[in-house]
Amino acid sequence: MLSWANFGSQLFNGLALGALLALIASGLTIIYGTLGVLNLAHGAMFMLGGYAGFVTWQATGSFAAAVAAGALAVGVLGIVMERVVIRFFYARPHEDQLLVTFGLSIVFVEAVRWYFSSDTKSVQAPALLQGITNMGFMFYPTYRLAVVGICAVALLALFLVLYRTRLGMIVRAGIEDSVMVDSLGINVDRVFMVVFGIGAMAAGFAGIINAPIVSLAPEVGEQILVQTFVVVVIGGVGSFPGAVLGGLIAGEIISLTSMVNPGYAYVMLFAAMTLVLMLRPRGLLGAKGRE
Amino acid sequence: MNADRIYTRRRPLLVEAITAIALIAAPFVLDWLGAAPNTVNRILVWGLFGIGFDILFGYTGLLSFGQSALYGTGGFVAAYLLTRAGFPHVVAALLIGMVAAAIVGYLVGLVALRRTGIYFAMITVAIAEVFYFVEFNPLAEWTGGENGLPGVPTPRFNLGFAQLDFTSGWSLYPFLAFCYFIGIVLALRVVRSPVGAVLRAIRENPLRAAAVGHDVHAYKLTAFVIAAAYAGFAGGLLGVLQAFMPPEAFTFETSGQLVMQTAIGGRGTLFGPLVGASVWLFLQDFLQGPLGLGAAWKLVLGLVFVVLVCFLRQGILGGVRDLYDFVRRRSAAPAAPDEWVSARRGVAPPMPARQHGSNGAPGRILEAKGLTKHYGGVAANEGIDFAVERGELRGIIGPNGAGKSTFFKMLTCEVEPTAGRIVFEGRDITGMSVTDVCQLGLTKSYQVNQLFNRLTVRENVTIAALATLRGKFRLDLLRSLLRIPGLEEQVRHTLELVGLAGRRDTPVAELAYGEKRRLEVALALASSPSLLLLDEPLAGMSPRERVETVQLLKSIAQGRTMIIIDHDMDSLFELAEHITVLHEGRVLADGRADEIKRDPRVQEAYLGGVNGVH
Repeated sequence: MLSWANFGSQLFNGLALGALLALIASGLTIIYGTLGVLNLAHGAMFMLGGYAGFVTWQATGSFAAAVAAGALAVGVLGIVMERVVIRFFYARPHEDQLLVTFGLSIVFVEAVRWYFSSDTKSVQAPALLQGITNMGFMFYPTYRLAVVGICAVALLALFLVLYRTRLGMIVRAGIEDSVMVDSLGINVDRVFMVVFGIGAMAAGFAGIINAPIVSLAPEVGEQILVQTFVVVVIGGVGSFPGAVLGGLIAGEIISLTSMVNPGYAYVMLFAAMTLVLMLRPRGLLGAKGRE
Repeated sequence: MNADRIYTRRRPLLVEAITAIALIAAPFVLDWLGAAPNTVNRILVWGLFGIGFDILFGYTGLLSFGQSALYGTGGFVAAYLLTRAGFPHVVAALLIGMVAAAIVGYLVGLVALRRTGIYFAMITVAIAEVFYFVEFNPLAEWTGGENGLPGVPTPRFNLGFAQLDFTSGWSLYPFLAFCYFIGIVLALRVVRSPVGAVLRAIRENPLRAAAVGHDVHAYKLTAFVIAAAYAGFAGGLLGVLQAFMPPEAFTFETSGQLVMQTAIGGRGTLFGPLVGASVWLFLQDFLQGPLGLGAAWKLVLGLVFVVLVCFLRQGILGGVRDLYDFVRRRSAAPAAPDEWVSARRGVAPPMPARQHGSNGAPGRILEAKGLTKHYGGVAANEGIDFAVERGELRGIIGPNGAGKSTFFKMLTCEVEPTAGRIVFEGRDITGMSVTDVCQLGLTKSYQVNQLFNRLTVRENVTIAALATLRGKFRLDLLRSLLRIPGLEEQVRHTLELVGLAGRRDTPVAELAYGEKRRLEVALALASSPSLLLLDEPLAGMSPRERVETVQLLKSIAQGRTMIIIDHDMDSLFELAEHITVLHEGRVLADGRADEIKRDPRVQEAYLGGVNGVH
C-alpha cells in the first residue's frame, strides 16, 4: 500500500542503493576512462569483495576488519589482473578486451561457487549499526542509513584522490585525451596499474558493505554489473560526477518503482536509459574524450 | 573454406555440399562414438543461433551481450502459439517466432546502435536484462513466468503417403539438421553478397565505410535484424527440442554462452559457433560425467576460454585457417601469368568521372563561402571563401597548422562548419552527411591511411565501388557479388590506374607504405567522384615514389576536378596551375603557380621571414 512512511523508506532505500551503485560505477568508469578497457569482471569483483569480507568476518568477528579485507583483497586482485592479463590487451580491439574480462568474470564466479558452493552466506552488521533508528517521521534500519554515510565518505575519498592529487590529475587528463598524456612522458604503465587497483577496490569495498543487506551468492555481481552499466550510460562514460548522479538516479528509480510493482523496476530503469540515449547520447555528464 | 574472403574461389557450392554431407554423416559417426543424441541436437540449435550472431559479431564487428532477449522472444512466441493458443503448425509457429524476434530486434537495434563500441555492449546487456524481468513479471500470464511453457509439440508432416514424425533424440535430429542446413546456406549467400562485403568493411573501418558512401547505420541495423531472426528461430527450436520453453533462455548466461562459444569456435567463419558449441557441450558432458568434476565444469571451461582469448585470437577455426594459409603460401608455386597485370602499368585509360545528374558544362563545381571552424576558443579556419571551376586541378599549400585538413573535412562534410556554406554542383551541401556527399560525387583520400586492413586490395576497392553501383543502402542480401554489372571492370580499372593490379589478392597489412598510399587514393577514386580531394597524397614517400605518384595523379586528373593538399611545393607546382595558400586558418594568397612562387607573403609564411631582420 502506498503510504508516506513506505514512500519515505523506499526513498531512503533508493538513496542507499544509489550510493552503492555510484561507488561501483565510479570504479568502472575511471578504469574505462583511463585505460580504455570496459571491465566486465567488475561485478564479479564486487562479489569477491563480499566473500573476502565474509571470510575475514568469520575469522575475526570484526566487521571493520571485513571491510578492510574486502577492499584490499580485491584491490590487490585488480593489480594482479592488470599486470598478468589486462595490460596485454591495451593494443587489442575492444571486443577482445570485453571477451577476456568476461571470461575472467566467469572464472571468478565459478571459482567461488566451487569453493563456497551456491548456498547464500550472510554477514552481520556490527552491533552498533544493527536495529532500527527512529528518524522522527519514520523508522528505518540503522545499517542502511550507515551505508549512505559510508558510501558518501568513500566517494569523497575517491573525489579527493581524483581532484586533489597528482595521480588524479593524470587520470582526469587521460580521460580527456589519452594520447596527449602518453606523449607528456608520464609513466602511464604504472598509472594504469594503480587506477585498475583503485577501481577494483571500489567494487570490492561496495561488495562487503552490501553484504549485510543482501546475502552473498556467487551471482550477486551479475545484477549489480547490469545496473552499473545503466548508471554509466546515464551518467556518461568516464565521468566521475556522472557516475554519482547516475547512481542516485538509478537507485531511486529501482526503489520507487519496486514500491509500486517490483516487476517493472528494470523496465523503468531501461526507459530512463533509453530516454537519456535519445536526448543526450553522451550521457548526462559525459566526457568528450572517449567513444 | 575461408568464409571471411569476399571473393570465393571457383567451386561455388563446395562448402554447402560438404556441410550437407557432414550433417548426414554426423548421426552415424557420433552415435558410433557414443555421443548423446540430445547433446548433438542442442549443439545444432546453438550453432544455428550462432550463425546470426556471427554475422553480427564476426562480420560486422558488433559484440552484443544481449542476444538472449531475441532468442527468448522467438522461443516464447512460438511456444505460446503451439501450447496456449493451440496453433497446430510447428514450422509456421517457428517462422512467426522468427519474425517477431526480427521486429523486436529492429526496435532494440534502433536504441542500441545509437552508440558504438563498449556502449553498444553495455546497452545490449541492459536490454536483455529487461526482457528477462518482463518475461518473469508483467508477461507471466502469457509466458508462464518462472515455470516457462511446457508441452511444446514436435513437428510432424503428413505427406499423404507417409507420416513424418520427428520426436526426440536421433528422431528429431533430421529436422534440426535440415533447419541448420537452410540457415547456413542462407548465411553463406548473405556473406557473399554486396551487403556481406559492406558489413566486413564496417567491422574494419566504419569511418571509411561511411566516407566511401555506405549508410553504415542502416547496414548495422540490417546485421542486427538478421542476427535477431536467427536467434528467434533457434529459440523456437529450443522449445521444440526440450518439449518445454524455459525462462532461462532469457538469462544473461545464455548470451554469455553464445559469445564464448562463438569466440572459441572462431568468429567470422559462420561455422565457428557450431564448433564452439561442440567443444562447450561435449566438454561439459565429459567433465561432469567421466571426470566427475560436478559443479567445477564451468570453472574449467572459463579458464579454457580465457586462455584461448589470450593466445588463439581467432578461435579454433581461425587458427586452422591461419595454418592453412601459412602452409599454402609456403608451397605456393610462382604466380601464373596474370591477365590483370598484362595491361602495362600507367597505360590504363583515364577513368571517366560519373555524371551526377547535373550537366558537365564548365562553371563552378564547388563554392564555399565564409567557411569557419572553431574548436573551443581555437579558430582552425576563419571565413574562407573558395571556389573551384569544373575540370580544374587546384593545389592547396600552407605550413603545418594552417588548417588545410580541417578545411577538407568541412568540404566533404566530415566536420560540420561553425559558420559558412558549401555549394557543390549547385546544391547546398552544408550539414549533409559524409555518406550523402560521397554519393553526390564528392569524396577525399585521407592524410593518414584509412583502409580496410584485414581485407585484400581488391576487396578494399570493391567496397568503394559498391557504393557507386548500389547507392548508399540496398538489401540485395542473396545476390552474388560476382553478378553486379560493371563491378569487376570498375575495380580492375581502378587497380590498373594506381598500379596495384598485380597485388590485388594481397591483404592490406602486407602492403608496402607507398602501395598503401596508392590504395588510399584508389579508394577515393573507385567511387568515380566528379570532385576528388586528396589530402597529402605524397606524404611520407621517397623521391622516386613521388615522381611515380605525380604521374599517377596527372593521369587521374584527366576528365575530373581535383583539389590536392601537399607540403611538397615543387610537386604541387608541377601538378596544379592554380594554387590557394592557407595560413593560420585564412586564405593568404590565391593565384597562378608562378605568381604564388613570387609572392613575398607566401615566402614569409613558409620561411618565417627569411628576408627579415633575423
